Amino acid sequence: MTIVLPDPEALCEELVQQLRPHVTPDTALVGIHTGGVYLAERLHAALGVAVPLGVLDISFYRDDFDKTGLHPQIKPSKIPFEVAGRHIILVDDVLYTGRTVRGAMHELFDYGRPASISLAVLIDRGGRELPVAAQFIGARLEVPSDHMLVLDRYENGKLRLKFDA
Amino acid sequence: MKIHIKNGRLIDPGNDIDAQADLYVAAGKIAAVGTEPRGFSANRTINATGLVVCPGLIDLSARLREPGLEYKATLESELLAAAAGGVTSLACPPDTEPPLDEPGLVEMLKHRAKTLNLAHVYPIGALTVGLAGEQLTEMAELRDAGCVGFSHADVPLLDSQVLWRALQYASTFGFCVWLRPQDAYLSKDGVAHDGEVATRLGLAGIPAFAETIAIATIVELMRATGARVHLCRLSTRDGVEMVRAAKRDGLPISCDVGIHHAHLSEMDLAYFDAHCYLKPPLRSARDRDALRQGLMDGTIDAFCSDHAPVDEDSKLLPFAESEAGATGLELLLPLALKWAMEMKVPLSKAIARITREPARILGVDAGHLSVGHTADICVFDAEHYAKLSATALKSQGKNTPFLGIDLPGKVRYTLLQGQVVYEAGNA
Amino acid sequence: MRNPQLNEKGELQHLLTIEGLPRETITHILDTATSFVGVTAREVKKVPLLRGKSVFNLFFENSTRTRTTFEIAAKRLSADVINLNIAVSSHAKGETLLDTVDNLSAMHADMFVVRHAESGAPHLIASHVASHLHVVNAGDGRHAHPTQGLLDLYTIRHFKKDFTRLSVAIVGDVLHSRVARSLIHALTIMGTPDLRVIGPMTLIPAGAEKLGVKVYYDLAQGLRDVDVVVMLRLQSERMRGALLPSAQEFFKYYGLTPEKLALAKPDAIVMHPGPLNRGVEIDSAVADGSHAVILSQVTFGIAVRMAVMSILAGN
Repeated sequence: MTIVLPDPEALCEELVQQLRPHVTPDTALVGIHTGGVYLAERLHAALGVAVPLGVLDISFYRDDFDKTGLHPQIKPSKIPFEVAGRHIILVDDVLYTGRTVRGAMHELFDYGRPASISLAVLIDRGGRELPVAAQFIGARLEVPSDHMLVLDRYENGKLRLKFDA
Repeated sequence: MKIHIKNGRLIDPGNDIDAQADLYVAAGKIAAVGTEPRGFSANRTINATGLVVCPGLIDLSARLREPGLEYKATLESELLAAAAGGVTSLACPPDTEPPLDEPGLVEMLKHRAKTLNLAHVYPIGALTVGLAGEQLTEMAELRDAGCVGFSHADVPLLDSQVLWRALQYASTFGFCVWLRPQDAYLSKDGVAHDGEVATRLGLAGIPAFAETIAIATIVELMRATGARVHLCRLSTRDGVEMVRAAKRDGLPISCDVGIHHAHLSEMDLAYFDAHCYLKPPLRSARDRDALRQGLMDGTIDAFCSDHAPVDEDSKLLPFAESEAGATGLELLLPLALKWAMEMKVPLSKAIARITREPARILGVDAGHLSVGHTADICVFDAEHYAKLSATALKSQGKNTPFLGIDLPGKVRYTLLQGQVVYEAGNA
Repeated sequence: MRNPQLNEKGELQHLLTIEGLPRETITHILDTATSFVGVTAREVKKVPLLRGKSVFNLFFENSTRTRTTFEIAAKRLSADVINLNIAVSSHAKGETLLDTVDNLSAMHADMFVVRHAESGAPHLIASHVASHLHVVNAGDGRHAHPTQGLLDLYTIRHFKKDFTRLSVAIVGDVLHSRVARSLIHALTIMGTPDLRVIGPMTLIPAGAEKLGVKVYYDLAQGLRDVDVVVMLRLQSERMRGALLPSAQEFFKYYGLTPEKLALAKPDAIVMHPGPLNRGVEIDSAVADGSHAVILSQVTFGIAVRMAVMSILAGN
């Protein structure tokens, strides 16, 4: 079976449109490593968000640590703003089981108590294992469960969706 | 009992024999070599085709752990190990509990060994009372009780004046004093050769000169007293050189090397392998090579197992807290053969180092197969290689760095005074 | 013989010594520690990584300081921490080391952090425990103190970036120092070209050059143009034997003063594993001066221990 993957650039533009009405001077964007950060950087620039971009590497919050151990390349999380009382838009590339988002929310709360968290994703591929839903979605796509869909970035900064081994 | 050992390769360094020859044993003695005596009818024939027939081996140091240390081993377990190792005579050092410093203890040991009748046991008496390094023992009395020499085992003798007096006194009677050369202060707290490996592992070191300085002291005291000295367990290259010089000067000195020291070095400590915790410590590869060479040219007279059975719990401790020593009686032959093969010397040379030479040091008439002499015999398969396993060891001590290593030489029969005291199964 | 630190997949099962670790493994630990430095600066200094795991601090030798750093690290990983000061309990009653370990294993320990006065004790424990258990060496005799070596490495990388152009001098009691041995192995693996040890002959172990260091007996010569000065702690009991005549004389010839430090590069950093002996190995003016990074070492130490524990627990 061949799956035709949508153009992420178009989906990104779609997300910008959806998000724009919700961005206030107080809104903060937080991207989840790695694909989520690529997307968040684009959204952050396109939306002209004033609060600096936050990034999360949720390796320390994964619920499959017992099975898979620690990720070999962990990037530091950076939340360069006060979390307490803030409206936060969490950004990830692909929403699947919901476990990553759970980990990200857990980590965010270790920085403080936000006023709200909403979720923006490029692709919602279904298959949820936790009660997690995205408020902003670029596209919905059915992907076989043995495929891993991720967002990548070319040297020139253009985004592309691809399947990982 | 008459036994005919036929078709074997007879190696008897004491009589300069290395040839295909049958051996005839009767009434506990060698009845004939080569040709069957008239009217000889064997009760038993041992087929030694493809096997080596040699004098029973003689070990210059085997701790039997009696009296006092029976939880480590017993006389019976260790003499069975001796028989299984082809060893028919052995000297036991005086570091028992209590030490062998009284004739009664020596007589008891001799008596117990005689009852078991598995090997001849030659006690080495304590040089000082309680091995405390102060008062001389009644050496002449101890000799009469059966001691063939006097030593301080591994217990430091701090006072050089006591050593001087002891050598004077021993010399008076012509007794041989056995000393392991190691300066007590320079080796204080040390557990490993003071070098690269000890530095890396963070173990307290014993410098090589702890041995050479002790040898220098001993050699000077020998010159002063005329005493005969046997140096036990040489470990350093410079030590070998000093003995070579002393022999050249005509001093009545002899020495042995432990089987482990001829094969292993400090590198074998690997990751704190307590099986390689030995006294003296395993030294550098250069030292080991010099020891192997010393055995070749005769500077080192004998191989010795330095048998020290240690219970497992005493080895399952951090290196420096564990108990030193390795089981050895059943490795004496394999490791002597391994040396001969690696050095490409005739088998007879290795066998001389574990028969004729140690007999000479002990001052006992043993280690040869002359007609009319006591029939202590070892029959072994030199070509047989097997991985050493703990279960195969008869000794109560399973502590050896050679576990799992392929070693040559399997003893098939051991005869003590013409009786088969060990016979290998057909496994 | 397999490296006793690695499991059958070649992953780090225990951390017993830095010697023989691949460079990538060390870099991975340091990189992971960087992420944990961020965590420890947050409001909530905890991550849920080792939730439900039991870390036993087995201290056969007293060291409140080191034990505390491991305790903090384990707690920040959400592990349950059990402190056992065995120097004063079962050991005195004749229980053997491995008996103690067996007992604690039966209490479902996941990780042992071991401090012992004898070199090789953690190796013995690691060779004995069930395969799901992890052993971290928190200092054994003179042998190794790998987490200290790693935190020293982290500190050096933090301030100096590139290991391959550095001159590093380690000063003082190298003979008895597990800290020195671990750091020497660590820097050698990372490719540091100029490693020096400085001290009187009585405190330099035999064959030190074989570890890949240059030996200096003169402090001024040894400090010349170095980027990093690591001062070792001098235990007061060293003064009792024949190793050193007095603390005063040691300080005069091997203590780090501002004048001596001036021989090093202008931007040199000064490290010390702590606790400090002011006026014995280091002058207060240096310890509290701008070159000293001793407190950074302490902070980084927590993150490095978190990294080590989480990497081991995940393997």
